[in-house]
Amino acid sequence: MSIPPISSVVLRAEHLGRTVHDKILIQDASFELQKGGVLAITGPSGSGKTSLLRLLNRLDEPTSGIVFVEGVDYRHIEPRELRRKLGMVTQRPYLFPGSVADNLRFGPAQRGETLPPKTIEELLAQVGLKDYAGRDVANLSGGEAQRVSVARTLANSPLALLLDEPTSALDDTAKLEVESAIQKVVRGQGLTCVMVTHDVAQAMRLASRALVVENGRIVRAGPVGEVLRA
Amino acid sequence: MLRLFFHSQLQLGFAQALVAALSALVVIVLARRRGIHLESETLIAMVRGLVQIIAVGSILVILLRAPRWTSGILLAAMIVAAGATSARRAKGIPEAFRVSAWAIAFGAGSIIALMTSLGVIDTAITSLVPVGSMLIANAMNSNSLALNRFRSDVLAHIGEIETALALGAEARNSVSPYVQASFEASLIPAIDSLRSLGIVWIPGLMAGMLLSGARPVYAAIYQFVVLAMIFASSGLTSLISTMLIRGRVFSPAEQLLLQPGR
Repeated sequence: MSIPPISSVVLRAEHLGRTVHDKILIQDASFELQKGGVLAITGPSGSGKTSLLRLLNRLDEPTSGIVFVEGVDYRHIEPRELRRKLGMVTQRPYLFPGSVADNLRFGPAQRGETLPPKTIEELLAQVGLKDYAGRDVANLSGGEAQRVSVARTLANSPLALLLDEPTSALDDTAKLEVESAIQKVVRGQGLTCVMVTHDVAQAMRLASRALVVENGRIVRAGPVGEVLRA
Repeated sequence: MLRLFFHSQLQLGFAQALVAALSALVVIVLARRRGIHLESETLIAMVRGLVQIIAVGSILVILLRAPRWTSGILLAAMIVAAGATSARRAKGIPEAFRVSAWAIAFGAGSIIALMTSLGVIDTAITSLVPVGSMLIANAMNSNSLALNRFRSDVLAHIGEIETALALGAEARNSVSPYVQASFEASLIPAIDSLRSLGIVWIPGLMAGMLLSGARPVYAAIYQFVVLAMIFASSGLTSLISTMLIRGRVFSPAEQLLLQPGR
């Protein structure tokens, strides 16, 4: 008897759509992402990139279509567990008042787990913020805050990262710092990643595949070089 | 001065109402000069308030001779009306009327029932209805303040709330800071009333009791009793409404439903 091969598809969206008050935000979006793959979602402002990303961790409810996470219909996964598995980093970091370590402990604490100090140091080292654990988040620069946000999401040991324009609100220096931290984490851990960006050069640097969204529809999809040079 | 021109009590009442309304009109004109348009809302509210209070005054004349149980019906109707008024302050929050009506019914209703059974509020219709209505009206104000503050706080912190959700927080916990702030804000008027009692203002009930011949010290103590009951019923109402509302701004899949423009 042969054992069926285990699929390496982490995320699969089928005909995903969302319409609010007759306004189509996303329509008929289908794609899949292999384990360790980095998918860039690009397109003009207001095209529906963020709307699509928010459907993946069910921050918004699709009005059509379905998402499978490791082959499981995501409506059968408890929302909190789904969001832990698909960790999101937003455009602005929205750190909670307190120390950097408090922020990293937040996710595990929701499940009643305590993040050991050693893990906190390791996570911060990964994003280039060694010895920042005790710092008050009020005193961080924009780039540092965003890197803390990345580390906070990683503290939940996600299966995949969903990045929503994580560098768009930063200056050039901070942008490079955050991008390099993301690159290190994604490549180093082989993390699966979906990244919304309007920066084509950034998509070329970080992603292996790309989708172009226009007016709520995927108009091009494929290897990043082919899609974005088109 | 008005008494020189109006000899019947009814005519005098309308003249006094007109003069008081004119002072409100001055405020409207001043606000208009600063680009704040309160005209239609204030005029409708004043006309509506006057018509309502005259209607209730007329009903009270009949009720003075009605059996005691009718005060229950009247207070229940007031609770429903208070729930509907309060719910307008919670635009976009699902089931705001149901939440408001239940919160006021339990918050003010339980204090009215308890205090009536203990003899703090007299069961005579002339006492139960006015005192009960004061508790309901203040519970309504607290509820409106709580819902309004909660709504604006949630809308101002969507990023923080959704970040907490995205990190696996329970939906109800993600709005905890705003529930607490709304509850505290809703009690400010009741606390300030208690704090300034007798110094900044001598409330109407006490003035009425004095005019009807009650002993000043008893009138003063009873005014404190009423304000303490107002605090209790307002606090209980806000506590219940904020508890009920926190879960209602989320869908069953723990998605924040309260969004700008939705």
